[in-house]
Amino acid sequence: DNIGLARKPPFPWFGMDIGGTLVKLVYFEPKDITAEEEQEEVENLKSIRRYLTSNTAYGKTGIRDVHLELQDLTLCGRKGNLHFIRFPTHDLPAFLQMGRDKHFSSLHTTLCATGGGAYKFESDFRMMADLELHKLDELDCLIRGVLYLDSVMSSGPSECYYFENPADPDHCVQKPCTLENPYPLLLVNIGSGVSILAVYSENNYKRVTGTSLGGGTFLGLCCLLTGCSTFEEALEMASQGESTRVDKLVRDIYGGDYERFGLPGWAVASSFGNMMSKDKRESVSKEDLARATLVTITNNIGSITRMCALNENIETVLFVGNFLRVNTLSMKLLAYAMDYWSKGQLKALFLRHEGYFGAVGALLELLHPS
Amino acid sequence: MKYQCRRRVDKEDEMTCLIKGCNFVLKNIPHEAFVYAKHADSEFRFQTTNPDIFPYLLVNIGSGVSIVKVESEDKFERIGGSSIGGGTFWGLGALLTKTKRFDELLQLASKGQHASVDMLVKDIYGGSYGYLGLTGDLIASSFGKSATADKDFSKEDMAKSLLHMISNDIGQLACLYAKLHNLSRVYFGGFFIRGHPVTMHTITYSINFFTKGEVQALFLRHEGYLGTIGAFLKGAEEDNPNQYSWGENYAGSSGLMSVSPDMNPMQRARSGTFPFDMLEMDRLERQLVNLPLLQDPSSYIPDTVDLTEDALAREYWLYCFEEALDGVVKRAVASQPDMPEAALRAEKFRQKYRHKLQTLRQQPFAYGSLTVRSLLDTREHCLNEFNFPDPYSKIKQRENDIALKYYQKAVKSLDELSWEEKQFALVRGVLAGNVFDWGAKAVSDVLESDPEFGFEEAKRQLEERPWLVDSYDQWLERLKGPPHKCALFFVDNSGVDIILGVMPFVRELLSRGTEVVLASNSGPALNDVTNGELQILTERIAAMDPVIEAGLREDRLLLVQSGSSSPCLDLSRLDKVLAMVVRERQTDLVIIEGMGRAIHTNYYAMLSCESLKMAVIKNSWLADRLGGKLFSVVFKYEVPAGKPNKDCGAFSPS
Repeated sequence: DNIGLARKPPFPWFGMDIGGTLVKLVYFEPKDITAEEEQEEVENLKSIRRYLTSNTAYGKTGIRDVHLELQDLTLCGRKGNLHFIRFPTHDLPAFLQMGRDKHFSSLHTTLCATGGGAYKFESDFRMMADLELHKLDELDCLIRGVLYLDSVMSSGPSECYYFENPADPDHCVQKPCTLENPYPLLLVNIGSGVSILAVYSENNYKRVTGTSLGGGTFLGLCCLLTGCSTFEEALEMASQGESTRVDKLVRDIYGGDYERFGLPGWAVASSFGNMMSKDKRESVSKEDLARATLVTITNNIGSITRMCALNENIETVLFVGNFLRVNTLSMKLLAYAMDYWSKGQLKALFLRHEGYFGAVGALLELLHPS
Repeated sequence: MKYQCRRRVDKEDEMTCLIKGCNFVLKNIPHEAFVYAKHADSEFRFQTTNPDIFPYLLVNIGSGVSIVKVESEDKFERIGGSSIGGGTFWGLGALLTKTKRFDELLQLASKGQHASVDMLVKDIYGGSYGYLGLTGDLIASSFGKSATADKDFSKEDMAKSLLHMISNDIGQLACLYAKLHNLSRVYFGGFFIRGHPVTMHTITYSINFFTKGEVQALFLRHEGYLGTIGAFLKGAEEDNPNQYSWGENYAGSSGLMSVSPDMNPMQRARSGTFPFDMLEMDRLERQLVNLPLLQDPSSYIPDTVDLTEDALAREYWLYCFEEALDGVVKRAVASQPDMPEAALRAEKFRQKYRHKLQTLRQQPFAYGSLTVRSLLDTREHCLNEFNFPDPYSKIKQRENDIALKYYQKAVKSLDELSWEEKQFALVRGVLAGNVFDWGAKAVSDVLESDPEFGFEEAKRQLEERPWLVDSYDQWLERLKGPPHKCALFFVDNSGVDIILGVMPFVRELLSRGTEVVLASNSGPALNDVTNGELQILTERIAAMDPVIEAGLREDRLLLVQSGSSSPCLDLSRLDKVLAMVVRERQTDLVIIEGMGRAIHTNYYAMLSCESLKMAVIKNSWLADRLGGKLFSVVFKYEVPAGKPNKDCGAFSPS
């Protein structure tokens, strides 16, 4: 935040991240507006502010995550609240329509946007809402956003946390921590798909690899297997199910542990392996299938992450992305897997603002162009 | 099992057997490993067997995935694995498509379009993610469209998505392990792979993607047998299987993917009563090793033409062998006049060999690279299977007897020539003698009646110089220099060839002070002389020739079996004793004679010492291919590059 304040960009201040499944929007609500400013404020700017801050739901699918709101934040010399809003990418046309209705384009602000959608929908923005997007790279924004949010002195709970005793359900607790001297860091962003980045410093990072088995896969497979239609529904089912009915475990094959190679009997030998048998297919519930899907995708991400950490020689892993939103099950699984299979060498960290970092990074670019 | 079979059942550790079996096939079966390239001219690219197989990574994809690092015969470790494997594909596939069978799932997958189910990079970016170099067609999120789609997906599309998802995941993990352990040889096996071009393709693609083309996925022809072979070897441990050498028996083995569902339905019907895949291996009593004189053993490929790649050549040779079948059958029957069921067995041989040829026409890759050598060897194996181990046995004897009668006269007339004339006559003698090859249809007519006349006639008929390949002048120059220490001579046919062509040549070498090692076949093939026969012949010649007699007595003329029972010659699989002798005697000249050994194989072989390859091309197609005509002569004298002839100012062609 030390870059000399040139001209402050005009309000409203937005950061947008248009992903494969979700659009993440970050909005800065200034709380230090002087009477003068208020006088000069254009009507549609006021209405936008009022609309966003007095609602927590927008249309049928837009949500403002109130619990993530950052209050009394100082950004670019202004004091205010940072709001976190999301809606499905599928509903972007509705959003654009609204932008048009509210004459957003007449405000002449730059709309900083990142994510694939910034490229894919660039012409839609222009045509439908007469808006020019300032396109930014999603990984640049992600890292910028992560580093910023962790450093912000906020009165609320710590941004960064980890799980103590992840294997013990009765004693598993969330514990706060900071990303002080975090480098080198492995950043795993679990959205529709997964990107794994090795971060060596604020401006020095590389995308190590990615995997197509991500949040989109979990949701997609769940919908096909159980008939559910939302992420929340899928998670709810998963919390009720028993994945060991669906998966084939080591003990199902060996009758116990496979001692020779240190594989405990409870480890999964083949995900969905029991489903090769017709009888078993007919005896499992939708909840079991949902659970198995969750466990399979999560453990796979854990596996690939662990191998990357080994190859890159990094011991700290940071998991972000909206797959982990309200998904304590996956978080604990990841925490446990990292710890167990690395024999305590790897540490799994999480951040409260999960999937919003790209949007935050975009906002930062607006305020402090790099 | 104990109860049903009333036999003791020893449980052996699965992983140990798998690795033992894998090591075994990699070391012993030529062309075991291959790279699969779906869109290339030849889908299967077979790897040359390298004795140095360690270290490597074995990725076994069964219900789950095991990743094993193998560092030596006894040192291996399961370094990781994945629960997302064949069981996942099958289980999830069954749930999503209601298809029960694994093979059916794969068939569905091969017909599907995954882009309707998966979220691709272009679905997110509207194109490629240029900044990171991720092209638009890459899968960003498997099944990423399934949540929001308003319509049902076809079974085929879902199966395809699932296949990509799983193959890519396994491939990625394998690459991560390979990278961590610095391994560049990665073999894939397990029921997920076995005989399924679809999965081989997706895995190949995945490995190629994640290593940016640096590592190639390798598959094994016999990977379905690894565990069983390993178990067998464990049981046979006291017998020390490593002291033997092994070969694949083409008669008894069904080829790659003979029971694949993708296979030609005609083929499957023809397979007849035996719906199983088979592997039959021959255990050879003696160990086979590399010829120490190969310039680069790791890159040595015996065969001159790869018929799996060369479609025109393949068509010709398959046709040629089919045409020749009648003659071979007649010969086989005629060789066993006292055995009543010979005709019956010969017919069975005909059916079997014809079936093999047809299989090879459909699937040239069935036994590894298809070559003239493998076609010849397959024929030999089939003949053996129906109890025709040596159809030319009596003919060989007859020819030997007649040729022996003419021996002294031939040698006497040679001795009367001037030195230079003699050298040329000796060479022409070997070449003319080589024309006498019952294996080549074009020649058999000329020879039925009078071998002596035939030999003189053949010498006269021999192509005028310059020959098709003609380094005779360089050879002559070399002969003016100091004698070679020891010559290794791979001989060819019985009768006129060995007795009237080769022996006088050998005699000359002995007279110059060069030791001679005659390497002949361990087992019969066509009318090639075997070591056993050569022993007898040489003694009979020694009885009439003091030079040969002295050579034998003074241990300067040695007869050693080559380890081969083929009309062709694989210099990487020679009898261990021969290799030892070659080293001990400091062999500095290798002579290879005949079409099988010097043209179908080893035409391009590079040796680390002087070599002489002599043959007459008795096949007009091949002659034409090489730029000559029927009965063109190949006389290839080579000196390894960078090794000037010691006391010889002569120009050395490489």
